Amino acid sequence: MRRKIPLTIAFVFGIVMIIQFFIPHPVSRDFYQTMLDWRIIVIAFTYILAVSSLIRIHINKVRRKKTGWGFSYVTLISLTVTAVVGVIGGCFQPTQITTWLIEHFNWQIEQRTVLMVIFTYIQIPMGATMFSLLAFFIASAAFRAFKARNLTAIILLLTAFVVMLGRVPIGELITKRLPEVLQLQNIVEWILNYPNMAAQRGILMGVGLGMMATALKIILGIERGYLGGGD
Amino acid sequence: MTDRLIFDRINRWIIWERIFVRNRAFKAIFLIFLFLFPYLIFAQEGMEEAEQNTLAPPDTIAEILSPTEIKASDTPNDAGENITVQWKSPEDEVGVIVGYEIFRSEEKETGFEITGFVGKATEEFKNRTQDGVEYYYKVRTKTKDAKFSPFSEVSLVAVSRPQFFHTGRINVLVAVLVFVSLLMFFVSTAKKGKSLFIRRIAGLDALDEAVGRATEMGKPILYVPGLSSMSDVATIASINILGPVAKKVAEYESTILVPNRDPIVMTVARQVVKESFLEAGKPDAFNEDMVFFLTDSQFGYAAAVDGIMVREKPATNLFLGMFWAESLILAETGNMTGAIQIAGTDAVAQLPFFVTACDYTIIGEELYAASAYLSRTPVLVGSLKAQDMGKAVLIIIMIAMFLLAIVNAVFFIATDTGNAFLSRIISFFQGLFKV
Repeated sequence: MRRKIPLTIAFVFGIVMIIQFFIPHPVSRDFYQTMLDWRIIVIAFTYILAVSSLIRIHINKVRRKKTGWGFSYVTLISLTVTAVVGVIGGCFQPTQITTWLIEHFNWQIEQRTVLMVIFTYIQIPMGATMFSLLAFFIASAAFRAFKARNLTAIILLLTAFVVMLGRVPIGELITKRLPEVLQLQNIVEWILNYPNMAAQRGILMGVGLGMMATALKIILGIERGYLGGGD
Repeated sequence: MTDRLIFDRINRWIIWERIFVRNRAFKAIFLIFLFLFPYLIFAQEGMEEAEQNTLAPPDTIAEILSPTEIKASDTPNDAGENITVQWKSPEDEVGVIVGYEIFRSEEKETGFEITGFVGKATEEFKNRTQDGVEYYYKVRTKTKDAKFSPFSEVSLVAVSRPQFFHTGRINVLVAVLVFVSLLMFFVSTAKKGKSLFIRRIAGLDALDEAVGRATEMGKPILYVPGLSSMSDVATIASINILGPVAKKVAEYESTILVPNRDPIVMTVARQVVKESFLEAGKPDAFNEDMVFFLTDSQFGYAAAVDGIMVREKPATNLFLGMFWAESLILAETGNMTGAIQIAGTDAVAQLPFFVTACDYTIIGEELYAASAYLSRTPVLVGSLKAQDMGKAVLIIIMIAMFLLAIVNAVFFIATDTGNAFLSRIISFFQGLFKV
């Protein structure tokens, strides 16, 4: 019974959603919208589980003094402060409390709520910092990938060299006097538009069919891995 | 005689020379004329052109042409409440038209009110309507100086209605039915016990080795199920792999860490790991904190997973699912900690990063084949065969299209009938892939 109910739900809703895709009637559209609303409600409940999991793990870390337990304090305090500020001060629109504070203390803030101040001046710069690390990681990964160990690696190295050179102004400059076919920027365009695109499309075609097969397997109850265990 | 002639000529030359060469006033007039001549010619041409241009724009409202062939009909394949109005634009060589005003009425003769305006490049307007009500339309042209043409003729009556079937998606329906038939056929073949060959996938073969290594080292296994939500098929495929991996972990009495970005994925992953431990006969070894939530911020998640890799030093990192820009941040950090890394994704742009930084990479469709490959369940293996057959059908259609296009271009380009016939076949094939 524990398996039959989820399998039945997956089958019924899977088939209904496939049928819905082919019906543009408002009834079908409203049904789809209702499903999306249900999804949002389910997500809201799962967030309670998620946040409780986060809090429990970090409290345990602090209690057991695990490696880096000090950071758990930072997480817990940040979580509490952000949540309180959001609830009391409002998210996008200021609450009465925020409005009173802004007027009373004559705060000069561009954002209309404190939560947006936290988001704009703390979260976004931290995200940008992590993202900027990517440049260094690309350099180190490229260094490792472009070692000419065998024929394939040599081809990769040469192609990468040509593409990189063709993407910068100096590449265009050094081959300016050559016939158009031999100019670097045209060679790069050809590499990207033909061999590279062909390989990508090959992968995408397999991915498309794989997605379709996986979805159908789940709907038809052939694939049950998502329920945990095998059969 | 001769002397006199010579003298006369010299004399004449001197006179001419005096007039044309030595005379500064003449020289100045000549030079001015020389420079002005081309200008005068071009100016004359320009004036003629300008004269033509000034003649072209219509001086009266009646001279502006109205749109013709106005048609109004229910917008096909929609949820109703929409009528499409189409017309043929008048010739506008001078470029005075700025757009068209569309008028609507429920009566054929009277009560027309403006309902929309579109730019000059458009010959179609979609109008929001009330279902079941009869509407008439007429259109007029608007010029740059805010003049209007006379109205076009009134369209035939149009009524909007919702449709029960999207005819533009028949090709998708046919493809789904064909694929389901193939799937059912190969699944039943596999059920009958016929052995089906699956090629070796190195990344999936290495899973056992990776779990074993972590057990030997007494370190945990880090399993990242991607950053997407449960509605992404790549995440579902990842969860399907998580089951067998968690079972192996339970059998070896090792530890698995599953950090999550999406709360629904976390809930599903937790249940899958729990069931796997139960199936392996080690329910007591399961700890709810093995599967946990980090943050829904993309780079916040990447930073947190990097922190886990650096602090806990897992022996094996598995990155399976959907990834974006954080893929290399995760894989490179894992590489620096010396863990054995297996990655798998259907995000084509992230594959080169994983290939570079990981020991094994499961590419694209291999991710979806993983559950069948690992479990070797006949029905799942049968579904893989259906997938391959679907791919074969697509390849055959593409080759056929390719050959037809070449034949069309090389042999029939001059022959109208042959060209049209092949073009129809090619556009039929193209239509198969259009949604």
